[in-house]
Amino acid sequence: MKPESMSQGQPLKIQVIEDILSENRRIATENRRLLNEKRVFAVNIMSSPGAGKTSLILQTIAHLREKVRIGVIEGDVASQIDAERIKREGVHVTQINTGGECHLDANMVRSALGKLELEEIDLLLIENVGNLICPAEFELGEHLKAMISSIPEGDDKPYKYPLMFTDVDALVINKIDLLPYLEFDLEGFRKGAKALNRDIRIFEVSCKTGEGIEEWVDWLKKMAFS
Amino acid sequence: MHELAITQSLLSIALEHASRAGAKRITRINLVIGDISSIVDDCVQFYFDFISKDTIAEGATLSFKRVSPRFRCYTCGEEFAKEADFTCPSCGALGGEVVAGREFFIESIEVET
Repeated sequence: MKPESMSQGQPLKIQVIEDILSENRRIATENRRLLNEKRVFAVNIMSSPGAGKTSLILQTIAHLREKVRIGVIEGDVASQIDAERIKREGVHVTQINTGGECHLDANMVRSALGKLELEEIDLLLIENVGNLICPAEFELGEHLKAMISSIPEGDDKPYKYPLMFTDVDALVINKIDLLPYLEFDLEGFRKGAKALNRDIRIFEVSCKTGEGIEEWVDWLKKMAFS
Repeated sequence: MHELAITQSLLSIALEHASRAGAKRITRINLVIGDISSIVDDCVQFYFDFISKDTIAEGATLSFKRVSPRFRCYTCGEEFAKEADFTCPSCGALGGEVVAGREFFIESIEVET
């Protein structure tokens, strides 16, 4: 803040230069500190509605439950449907209903963390609200960002939603079993994603048939615990 | 559609800076917003008019300075504006690091003291 003039009644221009999301970032940093202290590795899972966030979480639980203790934060605009599905798997789960907000933010995650027994969790999967735009702007305190894009959504997503692709560590292309039935330029899609983020890890999976899940889970385990 | 949350943050930042300067009224808030961030100007102004009621920022104009995306080529290092498919015009290689277009901050506020 640098007042250019302080005389009474005069218009004054004050230099601010402050990031509008700085408060969210501050809370996200606190969340990450808490998670580190409790030795919990957190993954923020983002996608548009119906791409397979819950299915990927269920597959990940099925593959890793014998080896690591998993917790889940379920973000949804309304309803407990996904949380109920996950609870049946016997893992720690807590629901955030955003009440209209189209994304999770660090503050919502902070209160969700308070409801989980973090001592009993090694890997925390955070299912964001189904949306390819807003969640990309809000850091939660996670250690890893993953996005899911599914074959029926089309291959133009890197061009339409660049921010999401720029920021994630992993891209999971789900419903790969549908590739023979739909027009989807897989090579072009991979190229677009790599153009925006050359370090992005790409996995081709089908949560339905289990194809490719092993590779995703192995990578996740390596990132989290080695 | 996350403009409400964002508008609340920007209002509180502006109010804090105004109060530190002992301002009586905020007349203008100058924002810098990159085109890659998905903010709709009209929508922010709409929420702002609503939530700034009964604060010293009521009636303030929001000014949006937009920044176009620019990339630095992964291959040759040249900077370029976004093309349809992220191809570098200098070397023809695909892709680059985003160097502009993600801005999202309050540059300054104009107040009456």
